[in-house]
Amino acid sequence: MTTITEIQTTQVYQVFIRATPEQIWDAITKPEFTQKYFHGTRADFDLRPGGHYRSLMGDSEEVMVDGEVLESDPPRKLVHTWRSYWADLAAEDPSRLTWEIEAQEGGTTLLTVVHDQLEGAPKTAAGVAGGWMRVLSGLKTLLETGEPLA
Amino acid sequence: MDDDLVFRALADPTRRLLLDRLYERDGRTLTELESQLEMTRFGAMKHLRLLEEAGLVVTRKEGRTKLHFLNPVPIRLIHDRWIDKYTERHVSALVDLKTELEETA
Repeated sequence: MTTITEIQTTQVYQVFIRATPEQIWDAITKPEFTQKYFHGTRADFDLRPGGHYRSLMGDSEEVMVDGEVLESDPPRKLVHTWRSYWADLAAEDPSRLTWEIEAQEGGTTLLTVVHDQLEGAPKTAAGVAGGWMRVLSGLKTLLETGEPLA
Repeated sequence: MDDDLVFRALADPTRRLLLDRLYERDGRTLTELESQLEMTRFGAMKHLRLLEEAGLVVTRKEGRTKLHFLNPVPIRLIHDRWIDKYTERHVSALVDLKTELEETA
C-alpha cells in the first residue's frame, strides 16, 4: 500500500476529448454544462482579467469555490485563482488553476488542467486530488456522448 | 487515449513502481526517478516514454528542468469504462433474478 507522504503542491491532469476546443471552452465556462459534470455546480465566470469566478452548488447561491480570472484566451487558455469554501477550507490560501486546450490531429483535443500554488492550501490539495479525475472523466463523457456520467 | 497503451504500460512492475513513486511525490526529474530504479538511465527513459505515450505521465518544463507528473485520468477512464460496467451488471443481474423469482413465486 502506498501512501501520500507529502502535499502535492502542483497537480497535473490531462485528457484527450473528441470535441473541438470551442466545445471544451464552453463546457468549462458555462453553467448549463458544468452542472452536468462538475459535482452538480454552476460556473459563473466574468471572463476578463480581474473578473470573478464562482462555482455555485446546484440551483442555490451557495458558493463552493471563488477566485479571480488572471488570463482568458478563448478557446486556448484560461487561468484563475481558486479558493475552496466547503468544510473548513476557506481559511486556506488561494491556489491557481490553469486550463490549457490544444487541438490535435484527427478531431481530438488535449485538455490539460494544472492546479498549482497549493503550498498554502494543503486541505484543498488533498481534497481535489480525486475530484479532478472524476470531473475530467465526466467532462469527456458529456462531450463525447451528450450524456452525463452515471 | 488508447486503452491498449494504458493496459500495456501498466503490465510491467518497473512502470508500476515509477507510478507509485510519483504518487508519493509528484513533479520529479528523470535523475530523481532513475536513482530509485536498479537500471540504466536509458532503461528508465524508455519506461517513462511508454508511460508518457499512455498518458499516465505528463512532463512539464519548469525553467530548465523537465518534471514528470502522474496523470491518473486514464486509470479513472478505465475504471469508468470497465470496472463500473461489470460491477453494475453484476448488481443488475441480481435485481433481475429477484424480479424473476418473485414473479414466478
